Amino acid sequence: MGFRNRKAGNGIKGNKGSKLNRQVRKGKKISWGYLFPSLAGVLLFFVLPFLVVIYYSLVDNPINREFVFLDNFVRVATNKAFQQAAFNTLKFSVVAVPLAVILSLLLAMMLDYKIPFRSQFRTAFLSPMMVPVASIILIWQVLFHYNGIVNDFIGLFGADKIDWLKSSHAQVVIVILFLWKNLGYNMILFMAALGSIPKDILEVAILESATPFQIFWHIKIRYLSSTILFVTIMSLINSFKVFREIYLLTGNYPYDTIYMMQHFMNNAFAQLDYQKLSAAAIMMSIVMVIIIGILFLTENYFGRDVEG
Amino acid sequence: MKKRKRRKVRRMFLKVAMITLIAACFAVLFLMPIVLTVTNSFMASSEISSNYGQVFATTDTGGKTYISEKVNLKFIPDMVSFSQYITVLFKSPEYLFKFWNSVILVVPIVVFQLAVASGAAYGFTRFRGKLKEVIFFVYIILMLMPYQVTLVPNYLVSEWLNILDTKWAIWLPGIFSPFAVFMLTKYMRRIPASVMEAAQIDGAGEWQIFKSICMPLCKGALCSVAILIFIDYWNMVEQPLILLSDPEMHPLSVFLSKINEGEIGLAFAVATIYMVPPILVFLYGEDYLVEGITYQGGIKG
Repeated sequence: MGFRNRKAGNGIKGNKGSKLNRQVRKGKKISWGYLFPSLAGVLLFFVLPFLVVIYYSLVDNPINREFVFLDNFVRVATNKAFQQAAFNTLKFSVVAVPLAVILSLLLAMMLDYKIPFRSQFRTAFLSPMMVPVASIILIWQVLFHYNGIVNDFIGLFGADKIDWLKSSHAQVVIVILFLWKNLGYNMILFMAALGSIPKDILEVAILESATPFQIFWHIKIRYLSSTILFVTIMSLINSFKVFREIYLLTGNYPYDTIYMMQHFMNNAFAQLDYQKLSAAAIMMSIVMVIIIGILFLTENYFGRDVEG
Repeated sequence: MKKRKRRKVRRMFLKVAMITLIAACFAVLFLMPIVLTVTNSFMASSEISSNYGQVFATTDTGGKTYISEKVNLKFIPDMVSFSQYITVLFKSPEYLFKFWNSVILVVPIVVFQLAVASGAAYGFTRFRGKLKEVIFFVYIILMLMPYQVTLVPNYLVSEWLNILDTKWAIWLPGIFSPFAVFMLTKYMRRIPASVMEAAQIDGAGEWQIFKSICMPLCKGALCSVAILIFIDYWNMVEQPLILLSDPEMHPLSVFLSKINEGEIGLAFAVATIYMVPPILVFLYGEDYLVEGITYQGGIKG
C-alpha cells in the first residue's frame, strides 16, 4: 500500500551541485531533525533500557555483575507462579482471540447487509471500547454475583448457581468481558475490509450463481486475509492487556485460574527482583516476536495472490 | 413468475428482519452494562444498599463475601435522585481529586505525543531511506509489545532519572510512545509525493511544507489518533500501579475499584462521571475514531 510513495522526496534529481540538489541534501538533513525528538525519546525510554534489561537478565545481580547466562531464565521458568501465569495467559489467549476474530467478523458481516439502523448498531457495538473498564466493573460484579442476574438466568434452565468470580468459571467472565470490550474495534476493521472488496468480482460470482458460502470462502476470505492477520495480532496484544479487567474485578490476588502474566510482573516489581523481571520480560518479548513473525509468514503465504 | 418473485422478496424481507433482530439483541447486550451503571447512579443511597448492599460486604480480611440474599437488579430507579452526585461534587473531594489526577496525567500525554509524533512522521515520510525503514520497523515492534515487556525498561529509566513516583514517570514514556508515530506516518505517506515536490520546487522550506501542507492535510488523522490515545490512557491501570507507589496520585481508573461497602451508590455516580469525557469524545468524534481504527489496519503497507 504505502510502497506507492516510496520515493517521496527522492524524486527530484538535479545536476550535481545545482541549487535544487543542494536544497534536497539540506532537506534530507532537516528531515532527520524532525525525527530527532521522537527518536531520542524512544531510544532513552525504550531501546537503551531494553538493552540493559537484556544485560540484567544475564548477570546474577546489578551490583555484583557476574555473568550467569541462562540461570535467571531457568529460575523464572521453573518458578511455579510464573508457570501458572504463563499457562493462564496462554489459555486465555487461545480461547479468547479466535472467538474475538470470528464473532467480530460475524458482526461486521451482519452490518454489511442492508439492514435498518446500521449506524446506530455500529455505535452500540463500538461504545464499550470507549467506556473505561473501571466504570463498568461495578455493574459487572452485580451481574455475576452469586445471587446476581446471570445466575438467575441460568437458573431458569435448571442450572446450579455458579460462584463466577471465585471458581474456575472466572475465566468465562473474563472472556466475556474481553469480547464485550474488543469486538467493536475488530468489527470496524472487518467492515472496512469488507467494503474494499471489489464489487464487480462479487457481482460476477452472483451471476455465475455461486452460493453465499462459496462467495464467502473463495472470495471474501482471500480479500480479508490481511485484515484477519491484523485483527488476530491486535486481539492477541489486547488479550495480554486483560490484566486491567481482572485487577479491577478481583484485586491483586485473584482466583488461581485468572492469575495472569501481569500479576506475576507486579509481584516481581513489588520485590524489585530485577533479574526475575528482566528474564520474564525478555521471554515475553521473544514469544511476541515469534508470534508476530509466524502470523506475517502465514499471511504472506495465503494472501499473496490478492494484493489488497 | 410473479408469484415466485414475490416469494423471493418475502424471503429477502425475512432474512433482513432476522439479521436486524440478532443485531438488536447484540446491541442490547453491549449497551446494558453502560446503561445500568448510569441508571444506578441516579438511585438514592438507601435504594442502592437495599438492592445490593450485600454484594460488596467485606470481611475483616478484606475479601468480599456473599450473603445469601437476593440481589435486586433494577433498570430504573424507584425515584430519580441526584443525592449521589451532590455528595460526589460537594461533599467528598477525594473523588474529584482523583478525577483531576486522571486529567492531569492524560491531557499532556495526548498533546505532546501528537506534537512529537507529527514531527517524527514527517521525518519518516520525507527522504525515505533504508536506515529510516529499519528504524520504523523497530517502532512497529515496540508498538506491538505488551506492557509486561515495556514497563520494565520504563521503570529502569524512571529510576535512573529519579522521576519514579512523580507524574513524569507516566508522562514521558507516554509522550514518546511509538503508537502515534506509526499512525501518522501511515497517513502522511499517503499524501502524493508530487504535492510536496511541487512545493519544494516553488522554493518552500521544510518547515513550510510541514506546516502549510502536511499538517492541514493530516487534520483528520490527528483527531483520530488523539481519540485513540485519549481512550487508551484514560483507561490506564498498569502504569500507575507500577510507576506511582503513592495511591494519592493514582488516577480514577485505578481508584474506582477500591470502594468501601458504604459507598457503592457513590461509586456508581463516580463511575458515570468518569465515563462522561470519553463518551462525549465518542459522540462527537465517532467518525474520526472509525477512520483511525481503519487506518490502524493494513499494518504491512
